[in-house]
Amino acid sequence: MEHTSLLERILRGIALTLVVIFFMFPIVWIFMMSFQTNETILRIPPQLVFEPTLANYTALITGKLMTAAGTLDIAFMRNLWNSVFLSVTSVAVALLLGVPAAYAFARHKFRGSEDIAFTLLSFRFAPALLVLLPLTLYFQKLGLANTYFGLIWVYQLICLPLILWIVRGYFEDIPADIEYAYRIGGHSWFATFRKIALPLAGPGIAAAGLLAFIFAWNNFVFALVLASADKQPVTVGALAFITSSGIQYGQISAAIVLSITPTLALALYAQRYLVEGLSLGAVKG
Amino acid sequence: MASLELKNVVKRYKSQTVLDDLSLTVADGETLVLFGPSGAGKTVLLRLVAGVIDPDEGKILIGGEDMTDVDAEFRGVGMAFQNFALFPHMTAFDNIASPLEARHSSKGVIKAGVESVAKLLKIDHVLSHKPRALSNGQKQRTALARALIGSPPLLLLDDPLRNVDAKLRFEMRLELPRLLHDRGATVIYVTQDYKEAMALGNRIAVMSQGVIRQLGTPEQIYREPANIEIARLFGDPTINLLDVKPARDAKGIYVGLSNVQVHLAGAFEAAVGRDCVIGLRPEALSFVGEATPGAFPVTVEAETPLNEKIVTLVRTVRGREILVSRPAGAPGQAEGKAHIAVDSKSALLFDHASGERIGANKVVNLRSGEAA
Repeated sequence: MEHTSLLERILRGIALTLVVIFFMFPIVWIFMMSFQTNETILRIPPQLVFEPTLANYTALITGKLMTAAGTLDIAFMRNLWNSVFLSVTSVAVALLLGVPAAYAFARHKFRGSEDIAFTLLSFRFAPALLVLLPLTLYFQKLGLANTYFGLIWVYQLICLPLILWIVRGYFEDIPADIEYAYRIGGHSWFATFRKIALPLAGPGIAAAGLLAFIFAWNNFVFALVLASADKQPVTVGALAFITSSGIQYGQISAAIVLSITPTLALALYAQRYLVEGLSLGAVKG
Repeated sequence: MASLELKNVVKRYKSQTVLDDLSLTVADGETLVLFGPSGAGKTVLLRLVAGVIDPDEGKILIGGEDMTDVDAEFRGVGMAFQNFALFPHMTAFDNIASPLEARHSSKGVIKAGVESVAKLLKIDHVLSHKPRALSNGQKQRTALARALIGSPPLLLLDDPLRNVDAKLRFEMRLELPRLLHDRGATVIYVTQDYKEAMALGNRIAVMSQGVIRQLGTPEQIYREPANIEIARLFGDPTINLLDVKPARDAKGIYVGLSNVQVHLAGAFEAAVGRDCVIGLRPEALSFVGEATPGAFPVTVEAETPLNEKIVTLVRTVRGREILVSRPAGAPGQAEGKAHIAVDSKSALLFDHASGERIGANKVVNLRSGEAA
């Protein structure tokens, strides 16, 4: 690094700035829009200086949307709660099912194990829209349409393969000898799973869980088709801001800011696990 | 206390046979060394005994009890792995304590047990460290302590000195036999180092390609190796191997070395007239005066002093190279022409084609344990 010339450092600085602006601009712009009214947002030419207002946030939190055509009820806080509940429960269920399954696939080669693992992965290949029509029909017959239970079940299509395949890799990275040593010491296979495999794959499990959470949180199309207003997550709920009297850009922006906050907080918190998890495989026990 | 018996054990991985109809008995309290090149099946054998992999055929008896289908945690063996296999998220103390915890021993018993074995292995000062903070030698001792704790009647040690530096290996080679003997356990010790094998084993089983080629005391393996391969593996410097065709005259059987007839003592009738390889241990050769019977002329090429011994490379009249080893201080010659003589009793003859040793002592074929 010492050999880089001044020019090189300046150019690098410019390049980095450009990249950061490119990626951060939409988020900054949305953040700014969330403090403006529709009129200031739609002003031409757009202006950087404006009088900030909290009206958008109050409207979302109180659930009363004032439009030119009158007052409109919106269920944004309800949607936010739905998002949290659906994502957390889906990831919890996927971890409960996926982690033991990943361990089995990693450690025990049984007849057809590769085929089963691949089938589970292939759930991710199918275009969601293709699956949705038959799924909707079945769900209506079974009475699962518009239930949390049904939604969490469908969310397993997103979470389970992800967790299964990521965590499996982490289990495979644990040298089998470490587990053998624990068993020879007199511990059952279940104790070995709990006391050796789980803690050693912990960072990987955390990383997979976080990723699954983000995917579940961002899901749109499953919830759009399978859930009605009171079960919808924020991604679908945002559609309510397209009203008969126009698109409520201010409220949409505020809704986006509110809805990315939990995932952002979680990602920041779990960042150290992520880094640790991704580098653990390089250091064999 | 436990003896160990393997009966016709077969282990295959896909189409490859790793252990081929192997039978072996280890007496209670005995230390058996499994010696052989990598891929010989030593580690697989150890794992079969430990119960972490299952044999395709055959039976495994520990203390006379059939353990073939018993899970690893109920076999009551202790094992140290070549790569240590320490639990990276636990301290050295917890690593060593884990076999006692499995038995639900009380806290006091665990503490006392760990501390005594740690003291024995001189790692009592690093018990609070995690494996990553331990040196290789400390890791190795921790792994050994974990295998020893709770005094398992059967100890399986998979090349525990492989990954430690030469100085520590030398120390442990001196320390281990006493340690193992004091505990009275039956020990199976895997190694690729012939010195370790000689130092530690009551008996040595030489393995290659999933078969035990020779089973005997260190003395037997060294003095009466079953074939050229085993003769070559034991001994430093390596045994001298020269193509010869033994013949007979009035004084007995002789071979030609440097155009001199060197008579051999030993029952080598079967070798007469056949293409053979003579095996001469470097220390069985000595520099002698020209008049000594059986002495043959050589040219000294190079001399290497190795502290306690001196190794000399010499060349015969026909240009074949021979290594001669003598204790430091013994008479020798550093250059020029010289004569060397063979301690005729220690000469070995092998069949050129098969590599099997020819001689009085019949070699037991250990596949299925019958004499061939």
